[in-house]
Amino acid sequence: MTAAGREAGARRDAALVAALFAIDPAGCGGVRLKSAPHALRDAWLQTVRAALPAATPWRRLPSHAAEGRLLGGLDLAATLRAGRAVAARGVLAEAHGGVLLLTMAERLPVRSAGILNAALDRGEIATEREGLALTDEARVAVIALDESVAAEEGVPASLVDRLAFALDLDALDPRLPLEPVCSAAEAAAARARLAGVELGDELVEALCATAAALGVQSLRTAVLAARVARLAAALAGRDTATEADAVVAGRLVLAPRASRAPQAVEDEPAAEPPAAPPPDGAAQDTPRDESPERTQPPQPLEERVIAAVSAALPEGLLESLRLAQAPRRGAGAGRAGVWRKAGRRGRPAGVRAGKPGGDARLDVLETLRAAAPWQGVRGRPSAAGAPLKFSSADFRVVRHREQARTLTLFAVDASGSAALHRLAETKGAVERLLADCYVRRDEVAVVAFRGRAADVLLPPTRSLVRAKRALAGLPGGGGTPLAAALDVARDLAERAQRRGDAPTLVLLSDCRANVTLEGLGGREIAQAQALAAARRLRGAGVPVIVIDTSPRPNPAARTLAEQMSARYLPLPVVDSEAIAGLVRAAQPRGG
Amino acid sequence: MPIRSRPVFPFSAIVGQEDMKLALSIAAVDPTVGGVLVFGDRGTGKSTAVRALAALLPPMKAIVGCRYGCDPEHAAAWCADCQERAQRESLKSRSVPVPVVDLPLGATEDRVVGALDLERALSEGVRAFEPGLLARANRGFLYIDEVNLLEDHLVDLLIDVAASGENVVEREGLSVRHPARFVLVGSGNPEEGDLRPQLLDRFGLSVEVLTPSVIAERVEVIKRRDGFERSAETFVEQWRGADEALRRQIVAARRRLGEIKVPDELLEAAAALCMKLGTDGLRAELTLVRAARAHASLERARTVNLEHLRRVAGPALRHRLRRDPLDESGSSARVDRALEETFGPA
Repeated sequence: MTAAGREAGARRDAALVAALFAIDPAGCGGVRLKSAPHALRDAWLQTVRAALPAATPWRRLPSHAAEGRLLGGLDLAATLRAGRAVAARGVLAEAHGGVLLLTMAERLPVRSAGILNAALDRGEIATEREGLALTDEARVAVIALDESVAAEEGVPASLVDRLAFALDLDALDPRLPLEPVCSAAEAAAARARLAGVELGDELVEALCATAAALGVQSLRTAVLAARVARLAAALAGRDTATEADAVVAGRLVLAPRASRAPQAVEDEPAAEPPAAPPPDGAAQDTPRDESPERTQPPQPLEERVIAAVSAALPEGLLESLRLAQAPRRGAGAGRAGVWRKAGRRGRPAGVRAGKPGGDARLDVLETLRAAAPWQGVRGRPSAAGAPLKFSSADFRVVRHREQARTLTLFAVDASGSAALHRLAETKGAVERLLADCYVRRDEVAVVAFRGRAADVLLPPTRSLVRAKRALAGLPGGGGTPLAAALDVARDLAERAQRRGDAPTLVLLSDCRANVTLEGLGGREIAQAQALAAARRLRGAGVPVIVIDTSPRPNPAARTLAEQMSARYLPLPVVDSEAIAGLVRAAQPRGG
Repeated sequence: MPIRSRPVFPFSAIVGQEDMKLALSIAAVDPTVGGVLVFGDRGTGKSTAVRALAALLPPMKAIVGCRYGCDPEHAAAWCADCQERAQRESLKSRSVPVPVVDLPLGATEDRVVGALDLERALSEGVRAFEPGLLARANRGFLYIDEVNLLEDHLVDLLIDVAASGENVVEREGLSVRHPARFVLVGSGNPEEGDLRPQLLDRFGLSVEVLTPSVIAERVEVIKRRDGFERSAETFVEQWRGADEALRRQIVAARRRLGEIKVPDELLEAAAALCMKLGTDGLRAELTLVRAARAHASLERARTVNLEHLRRVAGPALRHRLRRDPLDESGSSARVDRALEETFGPA
């Protein structure tokens, strides 16, 4: 297929998604819309709105909105005026029956995602806040506007799991127009037809087989695909879904989530074991255009659907799958750690008595509660509307976490030289340290460096399961890009600092840098760059522990440690227990 | 939660996930087993199962007018109000559904533990206690979806109450204590964060749920889900018989529970298994034996045998192997290995 043809196809699909979504927004869950904020995005949103029934609620919600805004709570002004508790509805309840437009969804805290998920799952939202217990109808659909650019950002996986569609408008030419595929009247007709549309078992089976072939694990996705097949039939004016509808559903719902190149289902009914090596090259090296063009006449339905959907796999997907090391479960799974942290800042952890001002924010409701019992004593007339009398002892302020969270950041040298000596011990030591971190509820992150570059193997998280999985899949070999590793680690540490957390870097390396920042060989330049990177790290004020994993203490490692005012621990004879012990001793809290 | 009028997906219509269904049934038969944690993949019907369980629970007797639903048969556990009232009047009781209370994400502390009734304080100047979710969950189930995302200060509070069975409220000049004995049911996805070990320990049983990988099973899940969505009433009606049978099974198992014999050899076997696995304390053994007994009762057996024990050993023990928190994924395997080493191959 030509690039232009592919672009036109993707553009038609974008319009098709708008139409299908508008027919039954809540049934689809929603759309993850990856796009820069340009005119095409506005045009797409406009297309959706035009196809929705008039007066469908359409609420914008910034991702940083407080949980209270999402859920609702006490309307303070009205409560005081009325002298009785008056509830303010949250955005979710306000959007009931309509669409919630989530801006900058990539910044959505994972707990807010949890609240949205509950509403998407149940069509209602329970609130237990501020003295109120409410259950509001909240049958909503979410359009998650994803403006992420960096690879480490994305919409929380748990939310993405509940949205039928994923569109990438950045791949389209923003100057060209978007042709709607249906009018508002046609959408309304399809909406009326939807309830009666039949979806045969063989199509459900074909969709399940396609999901399995593409490595799409979640059952929720398969359920959504079945619904979209029905929608496609309704839009086409059919009362029974056909193979073409299943192909549309597969292309729009399943293909964007493919985690592997299509494989024969019979060979592999089960999911790939998590520890398996990257999918075998043979299947992936096949030029991808071949599969749809195989012409074996009597193909069963499911094979035809698989083939048709495979043809629509996004360009570059197979490439990126091939490059991906250490298979993870589910694309984008669990970068939750990052949001989890991001959302924690400023989250109240209960209230206490105290004077507001400075950093202490007044908790009005709790202050009211504190003052309320004394109103009689203080001589306030009990009539509603009379002003309340407060004394300074009533003030309640929001208590924030007193202690910054600790992030222990491991930079692990997996280069050939280190692998030769003691990659296994290093892994063992990191696991021991992780266990310590677990007990203390620290967050951990792992940066691995080998070959030409350093990668964030694991963004900050408290999930040890993931840390362990990431580490187990780390291969050894290649050069030592030490400077790059220090820069990546510094970047992570600085981000943690900006969130108000306290990072500690543990570098496990023989410090024999021989790969430059540009990814080229050259021991001297690499060493010089490593020293410069070390000074930058000191400038950032990040505490560092250097564990020299060379067979004999390496003077270069000591120099490097000095450059970043790090604690230097040479390990002539090392086992993982010893490393763990040394780090425990070196950390300020002493474990 | 107000009584839900909308139809709930029937428990018996859940495809596969036998461990999860067994653990929830055991908790329904014997609440002293102490709660269920359901951890696993997205979209596997974790919360569907818990909500479906509510519909299976047989009703219980509660004292009329008691805000905590005190048990008329069990005077020792009465709240202060009931004890006081019993001096003056004879208490009436009535049949009520077992509470299954949701603790939604974003709940604030005042609603969880209870707080001063603001409305009455403002309008009448009365200092009255407004009970929270813990009061409502007394004698029933407290369900926390995404339990691993719960705020730390609420987790602390739950750990405390779950251990003592009593909620003590000291705030705004109120001093209230009331019974809060509930079965904690939690669900979550481990990829979004781990659970505090202290909270983990509060769950009697833990089950891991995985997305089914057999296509036929996946197809069946989707068909049933689809059937439910298209016509919930019809679908529920289709499964009413199966659900009713299960409910009778649970009621009968409860009634028989006291008569089930637990031979000494079985107690010894449980002790040997726990020692082998190095689980701390007696809690593990106790849970293991109770779960095996409830399972035996569900199976209509008169005596608990080794097979019952083996069946529940994983759910009862795997989350207690806390020596190496990193070995999470392997803990089921460790229990299986210990079972084989202690009792021979299955």
